[in-house]
Amino acid sequence: MKKCLVSILCLSLSVVMLAGCGGTKEDANVIKIGVFEPLTGANAAGGELEVEGIKLANKLYPEVLGKKVELVIADNKSDKAEATTAAARLIEKDKVSAIIGSWGSSLSMAAGDLVKNNKVPAVGASCTNPMVTQDNDYYFRVCFLDPFQGTVMANYAYQQGYRKIAIVQEVSNDYAVGLANFFTAAFKKLTGDENCIVEVGNYNTNDQDFSGILTNIKSKNPDAIFAPGNFTESALVIKQAKSLGLNVPFLGGDTWETEEFLNVGGQDVEGAVITTFFDDTAPVTDEAKKFVEEYKKEYADKESIAAVSALGYDAYLLILKAIEKAGSTDSTAIRDAIATTKDFEGVTGSITINEQGDADKNSAVIKTVKDGQFVYLDTVVIE
Amino acid sequence: MTLDAQTFMQHLANGISVGSLYALIAIGYTMVYGILRLINFAHGDIFMMAAYFAFFGIAVFHLPWYVAFLLVIGVTVLLGAGIEKAAYRPLRDAPKSSVLISAIGVSFLLENLATFLFSGKPKAFPDFPAMTRVLEIKGISIQVLTLVVPLVTILLLFILLFIVNHTKLGMAMRAVSKDYEIAQVMGIKIDRIIAYTFGIGSSLAAIGAILWGMKYPQVSPLMGVMPGLKCFIAAVIGGIGNIKGAVMGGFILGLAEVLLVAAFSSLTGYRDAIAFILLIIILLVRPTGLLGEKTAEKV
Repeated sequence: MKKCLVSILCLSLSVVMLAGCGGTKEDANVIKIGVFEPLTGANAAGGELEVEGIKLANKLYPEVLGKKVELVIADNKSDKAEATTAAARLIEKDKVSAIIGSWGSSLSMAAGDLVKNNKVPAVGASCTNPMVTQDNDYYFRVCFLDPFQGTVMANYAYQQGYRKIAIVQEVSNDYAVGLANFFTAAFKKLTGDENCIVEVGNYNTNDQDFSGILTNIKSKNPDAIFAPGNFTESALVIKQAKSLGLNVPFLGGDTWETEEFLNVGGQDVEGAVITTFFDDTAPVTDEAKKFVEEYKKEYADKESIAAVSALGYDAYLLILKAIEKAGSTDSTAIRDAIATTKDFEGVTGSITINEQGDADKNSAVIKTVKDGQFVYLDTVVIE
Repeated sequence: MTLDAQTFMQHLANGISVGSLYALIAIGYTMVYGILRLINFAHGDIFMMAAYFAFFGIAVFHLPWYVAFLLVIGVTVLLGAGIEKAAYRPLRDAPKSSVLISAIGVSFLLENLATFLFSGKPKAFPDFPAMTRVLEIKGISIQVLTLVVPLVTILLLFILLFIVNHTKLGMAMRAVSKDYEIAQVMGIKIDRIIAYTFGIGSSLAAIGAILWGMKYPQVSPLMGVMPGLKCFIAAVIGGIGNIKGAVMGGFILGLAEVLLVAAFSSLTGYRDAIAFILLIIILLVRPTGLLGEKTAEKV
């Protein structure tokens, strides 16, 4: 309740202040770009990976229009109410020209109205829910969308010969529920069987015990389980499933691709299959080759490169190219330049922004966990 | 929906396993309340700190498990007694609500301290194959841990009952709980008795954290919040202040949660709500809890 009040207050404050100053924010030699990510709380690991990519991009491309680009990092604390506060701070106090983020579609959506009303363009790196950019001329993204991701995973499941699937979803998370719905729709179409989803189990963010829903699922004997959700809870779901003797394959979404998922899940997440955006062992563009090389230098202790880091890098570059094209740091000009992006060669492939503000992408990478690592399995192209 | 016997038994086993963990932590709440009439809202966060101590002891410093566990319990006891000295003792003569607010302050302090020191990213609790091994009994899968936790809880229950009812320390505790001013007049060093009480409560939180970590192998700064609330509810259900009641409340809550999920699978997202609904019902129907004394005090 208090958080809610604070965010309403911030919102109204920011609207008032904007009316007062007209929204131009020229600083002599610095261009500020806001980084809006969860750095604490349940999604911290995801946010941190995205920031790694953004920082690397900033290091390699520190200037545009002869001015220095400064990153202003705001922690949205994995919390929808905190997210509006963090976005308001970036827009109002730091007066950023554009915003990158956030990991987690619900968090991005929480900032949606703020960026729209204040006319500050935002580019999401890995927020895949369609609603992020819907009815919002100022929100863009460089990743594919959940309807696509859900279809890819449904196709994969169908090809593997799975016909009965159980779903475990993080019901308090728009991303997970959306992805589960798109998967269900696609899978029903593929199998032609209305009853192909044998059970749906719901849980909340931060839950730790899933034995009840998993026992229900076990009694339905599914061929596989699709469990979109946050990485920590998902890892615990899989661990508990194994301890209940539920030895079926687990399928998930892009959010699982974190070291924490592997650490918490350990032996039990071996064989889990995910859809993701990028594979570091097969870079598709020149920019990707450069990214992989520089990333390994910058973060030498990392064993692999997460797709969200690549997307964070792409989001930064996209904004930089747009500022260059616009020739000014005026938010509306940058917004227009982003909206007309065409064939931009990013790390995760060629990006063209469509009318909706989304990146037109038609391929996804499927990875699986093997020997404690995410390894490449397949690239799926859907026309 | 209908449940076959095997699935039902599996649910029952799950419920007992969750319930006994709740019971263990609920005892800590009830101990402190019984003596001080203080709801120690920082209990869940002491539990969280203990889980981090265990993580560091085993995963980072590679201590043998028995050394690590003893150290964890020892350090947590010191933490609990330290919190009592710093945050509660200066308020001994202040109104009850001041101490309660101080407890909430300590809770936030510990959560943010943990976020600052250990980062918000969850850490993996070390694996104990001996405990997490799965036994198949007539088609029901049970972890060794599921059998161990209730035994530990019951054992600790008897040890505590013995301490409270049959030792000098226990007699002093009961005296402090009845009327601490008179107890002081009678020569009982109440500061020491209260520090001991916090120590015992914290050691239970530490044991609970170790077992919890084995079952749900993930450690994060906010991991104590939900278990803390749930176990507080369990303590209230059983009658806060009553040790046997806390154990009973823990089992009831654990079973209610799991069995409701079993019976109405579409309600699984509302699982946490069940605990709170139970709390409201108990407070309406029987404010003193199942085994509580008649002299309930409002907080």
